Formats: sequence, structure tokens, C-alpha cells
Amino acid sequence: MNAPTRPIRFLLGDEMREVADADPNMTVLGYLRQQERRCGTKEGCGEGDCGACTVALGALEDGQLVYRAVNACIQLIGTLDGKQLLTIEDLADEDGALHACQQALVAHHGSQCGFCTPGFAMSLFALYHGQDRIDRNRINDALAGNLCRCTGYGPIIAAAQTMRDGGALDRFARRRGETIAKLRTLSEGKTAMLEGAGSSYYAPRSAGQLAALLERHPDATILAGGTDVGLWVTKQLRRLNTIIYIGDVDDLKRISVGERWIEIGAAVTYTEALATIEEHHPDLAALTRRLGSEQIRNAGTIGGNIANGSPIGDFPPPLIALGSRLVLRRGDRHRELPLEDFFLEYGRQDRQPGEFVAAIRVPIADPARQLRCYKISKRFDQDISAALGAFVLTLEAGRVQEIRICFGGMAGTPQRAPETEAALLGKPWNRDAIEAACGALARDYRPIGDMRASASYRMNVAANLLRKFFIETTEPQARLGVMAERRAAHEHA
Amino acid sequence: MPDAGNTARDAIHGGVHNAIAHDSARKHVTGSALYVDDLPEPAGTLYAAPGLSTVAHGRIRNLDLSALEQAPGIVAVLTAADIPGRNDVSPIHAGDDPLFAEGTIEFHGQVLFAVIAESQEAARRAARLAKVTYEELPAVLTVEQALEQDLSVLPPHEMKRNDAAAAIAAAPHRLRGTFHHGGQEHFYLEGQVSLAVPGEDGDVTIYCSTQHPSEVQHNVASVLGRPANAVTVECRRMGGGFGGKETQASQWAAIAALAAVKLGRPVKCRLDRDDDMIATGKRHDFRIDYEVGFDARGRILGIAFEHAARCGYSADLSGAICDRAMFHADNGYYLDAVRIRSQRCKTNTVSNTAFRGFGGPQGMMGIEEVMDQIARHRGLDPLEVRKANLYGAAPRNVTPYHMEIEDNILPDLITRLEESAGYRDRRAAITHFNAENAYLKKGIALTPVKFGISFTTQHLNQAGALVHVYTDGSVHLNHGGTEMGQGLFVKVAQVVAEEFQIDLDQVKITPTNTGKVPNTSATAASSGSDMNGMAAQVAAQKIKRRLSLFAADKYKVSVDDVDFLPNRVRVGNQEIPFTDLVKQAYLDRISLSATGFYRTPKIHYDRATARGRPFLYFAYGAAVSEVLIDTLTGESTVTRVDILHDAGKSLNPAIDLGQVEGGFIQGMGWLTSEELVFDGQGRLRTHAPSTYKIPTCSDRPADFRIALLENAPNREETIHRSKAVGEPPLMLAISVFRAISDAIASIGDYRLMPALDAPATPERILFAVEDLRRRLQVRA
Repeated sequence: MNAPTRPIRFLLGDEMREVADADPNMTVLGYLRQQERRCGTKEGCGEGDCGACTVALGALEDGQLVYRAVNACIQLIGTLDGKQLLTIEDLADEDGALHACQQALVAHHGSQCGFCTPGFAMSLFALYHGQDRIDRNRINDALAGNLCRCTGYGPIIAAAQTMRDGGALDRFARRRGETIAKLRTLSEGKTAMLEGAGSSYYAPRSAGQLAALLERHPDATILAGGTDVGLWVTKQLRRLNTIIYIGDVDDLKRISVGERWIEIGAAVTYTEALATIEEHHPDLAALTRRLGSEQIRNAGTIGGNIANGSPIGDFPPPLIALGSRLVLRRGDRHRELPLEDFFLEYGRQDRQPGEFVAAIRVPIADPARQLRCYKISKRFDQDISAALGAFVLTLEAGRVQEIRICFGGMAGTPQRAPETEAALLGKPWNRDAIEAACGALARDYRPIGDMRASASYRMNVAANLLRKFFIETTEPQARLGVMAERRAAHEHA
Repeated sequence: MPDAGNTARDAIHGGVHNAIAHDSARKHVTGSALYVDDLPEPAGTLYAAPGLSTVAHGRIRNLDLSALEQAPGIVAVLTAADIPGRNDVSPIHAGDDPLFAEGTIEFHGQVLFAVIAESQEAARRAARLAKVTYEELPAVLTVEQALEQDLSVLPPHEMKRNDAAAAIAAAPHRLRGTFHHGGQEHFYLEGQVSLAVPGEDGDVTIYCSTQHPSEVQHNVASVLGRPANAVTVECRRMGGGFGGKETQASQWAAIAALAAVKLGRPVKCRLDRDDDMIATGKRHDFRIDYEVGFDARGRILGIAFEHAARCGYSADLSGAICDRAMFHADNGYYLDAVRIRSQRCKTNTVSNTAFRGFGGPQGMMGIEEVMDQIARHRGLDPLEVRKANLYGAAPRNVTPYHMEIEDNILPDLITRLEESAGYRDRRAAITHFNAENAYLKKGIALTPVKFGISFTTQHLNQAGALVHVYTDGSVHLNHGGTEMGQGLFVKVAQVVAEEFQIDLDQVKITPTNTGKVPNTSATAASSGSDMNGMAAQVAAQKIKRRLSLFAADKYKVSVDDVDFLPNRVRVGNQEIPFTDLVKQAYLDRISLSATGFYRTPKIHYDRATARGRPFLYFAYGAAVSEVLIDTLTGESTVTRVDILHDAGKSLNPAIDLGQVEGGFIQGMGWLTSEELVFDGQGRLRTHAPSTYKIPTCSDRPADFRIALLENAPNREETIHRSKAVGEPPLMLAISVFRAISDAIASIGDYRLMPALDAPATPERILFAVEDLRRRLQVRA
């Protein structure tokens, strides 16, 4: 039995677009530049790392119209369904008056070669429409995914700091009601579908529809944020024959906080999860802000970060250290397993054909348990970790009652450190125990050397991160983190 | 003060020395600025994608392209056999940069063929289907391997003054050392791109993102076996260049042109980012060996440098780049007895090329390492050692290439910056912080920049311009310089507006085009506004002179009694609107179009003896950087930067400040987070922004204070007494690297020199910290 379907529908600016027969492998950037001849949006890298292709997507979240910046180069066309797509061509008024963010960029000499500028303007536009206070740290986070090679960023930061000086009411805010009404007419309960160039794309609305589709197409590519799958298309030139998009599955978009667990649906983006994470695990929230960029966090999901099985995903190590569990579903059957058991070996996960990640269950905070995560990369923002260490510690009368250590980047999967944990468990939490445990780390990990770091650096820094964790738990006055110091300095900048 | 309503009469809008916005600012922010890939494509446009080699060194045994030819949407596959002219796109016609490799493969990523298809995607997809059989040869990847096997792209070169070896031997203190610093990917946001449109007679017009339209023209003509007049190259703007589109644009233009002429259809060749990073050249990485003798105050008595540059597989611009590294081995310091030797190593890696600074940064890194070494050895503040060694009055004013420094403003500039940045107090505070904190350490450093302005290849110091005044008084401006974001076009337009005394919006900026101004030099060596500004001024002056003579004749006054006032001309006792005078001159059959030409005066250099005056003048600057490092992880951050930079009498302070800040951050990236990693097979592993990390927004220091040196007109007769500003600020970032070294040195109480190569990644910093701790233990 085939559920009823309908074409993809979205707003381009204020105009309705309906697409039924496009190639589902087409990116939003390809669509804009080739089909719409909107060439203001640029291709800089084709992998979501430079931000030259940034566009804003307007969507209804809890009935509110929210604009978020995403990378058009790795976003597939089908994911526009139900949204408003705004590009650089939309920002200025019909009479040519610049939008406040554009005006501020001009006033502060924020463009030199100008190629990155449309992307910056769109990130600024989303920032302008957000609810946050625009301080330097917020600007850093909002612009981490936009690379500029000319200006050194100062004039762009100045533009961000001043763009709301004339108030925050622009044409888009004034038309909010109208846009919301239009978006409402786009959304309805049927599965949205695209078929073209021999490929099919489905966007089911419920977990039931999704489960049924996946049973019918067990080899389909499950698409969430597309921040990884998009690169299969743009960089590996793979053609995806059947794509099933989970980003519109309401049941997978939920976050619920219970007595023991925070349950995060597989399609929840980092951005959507951030407030809950911040409330319960502030250290994990700090890590979240360094994961990818604003554009990546607006699209990417925690579920995807797990399901793609990468050994260098940033979320699995802290989630494993916390003792999180994964909920999988196939048809009507659910099963649950400790997250660490999901990662079998490099490139292989415990997921059957037709099965999908439904949710992640993260233990709620316990004041007795300390969580710290440390991400090491060449650049603080929007960089893939060379190594990422996550530590959970419970002390009882000065002795280690619980220690869970998990590293990313040190093995073919995110991996616990059993020998090191054993060396610490039940021991007094002191420097001798830590030094003994650092010795044990070498038995837990045999990292490789690659372009991000040598094997020897990875081993050294892993031991030093354990030391750092110890210092942080025993010398609360010690100044320890360059990143924390920098955020503090930017607080006053 | 002029009445606001009357300003148009008292001053033009947009004359020189005004902080005018970039001419395209509004177009940039609205997405309406057109880059090559944005131009409306002529009907029938095809797309090219290159096929790249997958070995670093070897012979092609068999190139089987049959699978490509049958792939969907493929129109043609081009190889060396399809080239009617010369298979070479090298900048100096050395014959060592084949358009398509034939026989021998010299680096991983070398172009073997090009696929021409109905869509970009089809071309890229098909390019991966080639079946190539190689006979692999051993690949030489590092300068050490090249030196061992005596492989070079060009002969070594030497520069010397007095007897360095004797001076070192006689010095009371001596040190030697070896230092490596990495290369740098340009990471222009717009990748390489050309659109070739065929014309009649086998002619072709190429819209190309290039800093050097004339060279693209000449190379394409040579590939096509046609005269230069068959090829026209146009560039309105680039999405960044930084030296990476000086010689590196030719290959993609030639592929597009070759296909366009052969197939009779427009062809676009736009590189995917990964292909761009793999197949185009980068900044040269260097190994620098030195031996230095000095006195108790740290003053250098004799010094010898050995430069070894990784040039990659071909010469490209390596000769001039390595020369410029030698010209800057002194930076701002007097080296009484000096010998600089330079090896141009050949490796099986992509051919390295121009990059902002063009060898200058590499040369300066050597001497700044030496300054720190001396300071640590003598237990002195590195700033004191730097100041003790600065150029001074005669006889301490002669460079290693025997040029006299005539305008040594550096000592004064440094003193001003030292005070405004509060160097001394901050040094004390940092020492205190480091004593109090076990894990985080701070460092500070002040480093100067003295950068020579002029192409060191003398004939390149020429420029042309073309100016038309239309009958309505509007002006069409064209010159040989290219716009890559640096603001050249607006600066030159300001010069022309100033000359005619008309508002800037009356001057139309037009794309660089080889059909309008021929035989141009690359927009490079920071010379763009110096040379093109002068050429445009000359052209405007010619027309002005004709207008003056016409007015004097018509109104019967002396030509000295004709004066160009804002938007009008005073002729004797009457004032005539500029537009009216132009119309009158036209009716009287006066030519209102002129070319302008400029050749840089005073410069000469004899390379055989390494003596002369290669530079018209020097641009100066200095920076104080403060950093924080984590000794447990090696992470670092720049917390504060103070810059004082010399742009002469700036043509446009807003543009120049942008160059200073942007150049600094780019230099900071080179020395911290930007790391090019080649693996053992010679494959570049950092070929995308996911793995190659240029600075991002948060890397801009929280406290960043930039000032242009005031009341400092260029002593040479440059365009309105300004100074070149494109490259010099990049080298201000050497202060960041030295500050990181300073932070590490604090662990050894500033008495041991950290063993830190560039870039200072967390890994290098952590290992330098651990190495220093080991040396301390050995001492204890």
C-alpha cells in the first residue's frame, strides 16, 4: 500500500514554487544558479565549509517564523519543502534600499573581493532576525561558517554589531503574518515526493510513514541534515537512487526530558537541541558551539552524527561517556542499546537494513557526576577534531566510584578506554593515580597519524587531557582553557 | 569651513586621500557583482573538467580514455595530441609547465587530459573514468631529499657583502640553527575559472579570473599556435587572488580556449575546490639554515643564510620568489658581513608560485628567528636585540645587495609603537602572569617589516592606461591592473577624478582587457596602484592639457590661466562647467581619448653581481602581538595586536586599513593554523577547507588596534606620495609566531630557544614545550 504523496512546495522569496520532477540529487545551490539564474549565491567549496553559498531558510517552529542560515551547496532540493528560501537577491527592497545588514557591510567596508559577501550577508540576516543579543561571541558563532580571505573579519564584525542600530523591523518582519499563512498552506500531512533522473525522494511526516517506507526501500539513503550525505553527492559524485528524508518526521523532531533521560529525536538539529543541552550539560553545550558552524548546526542532527558512524564525530564520545542509549526502530519493532555498542568497527554500525535511529537517550545531569569534554583541532571553530576526549567522574569520599572515558579520533570508532578506567576505578583521585592511568592509555589506543595530527601527538595530548581533567576537578582556581579565556575576552570586546 | 550645501563647489567627491568605499561594495552586498561563473552563458556553452594524475612521479604507460568518450553528455576529450601550438603554460616560456602531461608525470594532481561535456557534473563525473597505467618512479617530496639528490629547478644564487665567514669566526658569540616554515594555500574564495567564447578566424575571447590577463593571452595564443592578437582576455574582478591567479590561471584558460576553438562553442572551465587546491601552486615552504656571530648586546657582526625552497616540479616564478626571499633576509636589520645562498629545490609536488609577499615573508622569517635565538642566548628582551640591529645612519645603512636605505623611518616607527602598545608594562605583566600560572602561558613580541617595492625583474615595472572623456563629460577608465578585492580600481579612479577635478561617480571603472591596454604586467608585487595610478594620471593629464590649450585658445587667455576646479574649469575670469568645456572641445575636434604609460624610475639591478637598487622605496610597519598558549594541549590564541603601518600618504585610508588588517590575519593563518600536509606518496591531504584551516571570525584578536603612520608622505615621487600596501602587512604577522615562541620560552625562564617550526599548530607547540622541558631537565 502506497501512502498518498504530493510534490515539493516552497517559497522562493515570496513566490510559491512547486517541484515534482527535479533530480532529487540536485543541490539548492545548483537549483538557484542553474535553474533560477540567481547567481548571487556562490560556490566556494561545495562541501559546506566556506559559507559562500549561505542562504536563509524560513520555517515555522512552534508556530513562529524562524530564519536560519544553511549551506545551499550541500542542501538537497527536496529539503526545501514547506520552507521559505531567501537568497541575497531577496534582501534589498524593491526600490533598491539595502537591508540593514547590507547597509552595515557597506558602511564598515566589509567587502573586498566580495565573493564571500553574499554568504556573510545571509548569515548576518539570520542573526539579525534571531532572538539573541549580538555580542562578539554570538557573532563569532554566527559567522564561524563563513570564511573571508580578504578582510580579516573586523569590518564584518563591526557590521554585525551595528546592523540593528536602526531597530530590527525589516520588510520580512513586517510581512511575517503573510509569510506564516503562506507556509501553513504548504504543509500538510502527506509524504512529499520528488522523482527525476531515475531517483526518488520521500519526505514522510510521521515515524509510521517512515518505517513503512524504509521497509519498502531498505537500501534507501536516510537523509537528515545532509551535512555528510550532501558531500557524497558533491564530492564523491555518488548518485543516490532513493532518498528518504527524516527532517519532516514530527515524531523524530521531539526533545523530551524525563526523570532519568533526555530523549532527543534522531532528526533534532544541534541548534534545536542546544537550549536543552545547555540546561543539563553545559560542557556539552560549549562543545556544541564548536561543532561545525551555525549553518551546519542548523541542518545537522545529533542522530546523523551517530548514524553515519564516523570515528571523528564530536558527539558520540561525550554521549558515550555519559552512558547514553540509542533507540532504533524497524517497522514497528523498537530496540535499545548502549550507544557504544552501536559502533562495531570502522565503517560498520549495528543497524539492520530498513532500520533507523529513532532517538538518543542521554542521562540527565547528576550533581555528583562531572562531565568534561575537550576538543583538539587546528582551529577552534568549525574544524574536525584531531582528538576529542570526554570524561565522566563520580567521586565518593575522594575515591573514584565511576569513571567513563571516551575518545574520538583515537581509533576506528569512538572508543572507551577500559584499561585506563580500570586503573582509576576505586583509586584515590590523585596525581599518582592519574599518572598511572596515563600509562594505561597507551594500552587502550593505537591512533593513526594523518593530516590533522600525528599518532604521537594524539597519544600525548590524550594523556594531557586526562591530566587537564584531573586539574580541573582538583584546582578550581587554575586557568586552564585557551578557548574559555578567549570567550571571556570576547565577552568584553 | 565650507557650507555643506556648497561642498560640490569646494571639493569633488571621491578625490585622493579620501576613505571611499570599494567601488563594488553595493554590488558585493546585493550579489549583483558579476564573477566569471555568474556571467550569462552564451547558448551552447560546454563545460570542461581536468583529469588529474594519481601518482607523484612516473611515466604514463597507457592512457585509456574509452570509458569517458562513451559517458553520457561527453562532447570531447582533449589531450596533448590536440594542441596545435606549444604544450606549455609556463610564465617564462620555460617549457616546463605542460598544459597536458605527456610521457612523464611530475606531481600528484598533474593534468593529463580535459573532458568537455554538456554539463559541469557530466564532465567531472567522466574525468574520473580514465584508466591510466603508470610506471611509477621514486618521488622526491622534501627539500632535504632534493638537496641530497642535487635536484633543482634553477641554479643557486648568492648575495654577499664583506666576509661573513671571517666575521662570524671572529665574533665573541656564535650560534647556528635550522628552521622550517610551511607553505600556504591561497584559498581565494572564488576558484580558478575561465569562459572562452570562440570568434571568427579561430580567434577567442576569454573571460578569466586572473591577475595577469596579458600572460594568459600570450600563453593561450602559444597553445593555439596563433599570434597574440587572436586572443583577447578580460577580467572585471576576481574573488580573491593573493598571487594565486598570477600564473595559475593560464592552464584553465588554455583548456577552455583550446576546446572552444576546436569545437566552435563557448567552453567554461571552473575548477572544483579540491581539484583547485591539488592542481595549483602555493606559497613556497623553506628550510633556512643560519650561522651568526654577534656581540654581547646581541648586535650581529656576521651572518650566513642558506635558503632551500621547495619549488615543486617546475620553475614557474620560483627564481624571482627565491630572489625576493634573499632581498628580505635582512628585514629591517643591518647585516655588516653577510652571505645569503639560495637553493631552488625541485620536488615532485605541485609547482609553487606567487603568494602575497612573494618570498619576502620567507626571508624575513629567517632573520626574526635569529633575533630570538640571540636574545635567548644573551638573556635579553628580543625587542632590545631587534632595536640594536636596525638599520641606522651611514655606514649602517647598506643592504646585503648594496642598496642604500634612504628613508629609514623604522627606528622611530618602532619607538612610537612600543609606547602606544605599552610594550614594557605588558612585558612585565606577562612575566608575572607566567610565574603565577602553571598551564597557560602568555607571550609577546614586536617585529618590524621593511618591504621593497618594485618588481625585481626590471622590465615588469611598466604600466599602461586608457582614458576616454565622452561628450557628456563622463569618463571611461581602463588600465592594465586587475581588481581582486584590493581596491585598485577605486584608487585609480580617485586619481583620475582628482586629476580632472570631477566627482568620482563620473569615472566609469571598466574591466581589464588586453584589447584596451596591451603588454601589461601582472597585478602583483604590491605595485598595482603605484604603477596603474601613475599611468592613468598621465593619460588624464594629456587630455587635461589638450582641454587647457583649447580653452586658452578659445577664450584668449594664457594656458596658465586655465585651472581645473571642482567639476568646473576656470578660464581667465570665467568658470565653465567641466561638461560644457568637454562638449566645446569635441565640437572643435579635440581628441578626448589618451593612453598613459609609466615606467618606474631609478631602479637597476645587476643580478650577476647581486648589486644595485632593485626597489624604488620601502614600505614599513611594525606589530606587537600578544598570545596565550595551553602547555597541556599546544592550543594557542592571539589576544591582542597593535599595528602601526606606513602607507605613505594613503590614497584611500579605508582601503589601506582593510589591506593591513586582512594581510595580517592572512599572515597569522600562514603561521598558525594553515598546514599543508603531503603524505608519503606525494598526495596533498589538506585539499579542502575541511582539512586546510584558514582563520575564521573568532580568530580575530579580541583587542586589535591598527593605525596608519601619519604625516609620512613617500619621499619618492609616487602617485600622490602614497605607498604600496598590498603585501607588506602580511609580514606583520611574524609577530604572532614570535609571540608564541616567547610564550614557550617562558617555561625555560627565557634562556632557551624553543624548537618551533611554522605553522605553530597545537602539535608543534606542544612538542616544542615538551622538548624545552626535556632540555631543562638535562641542564638541571
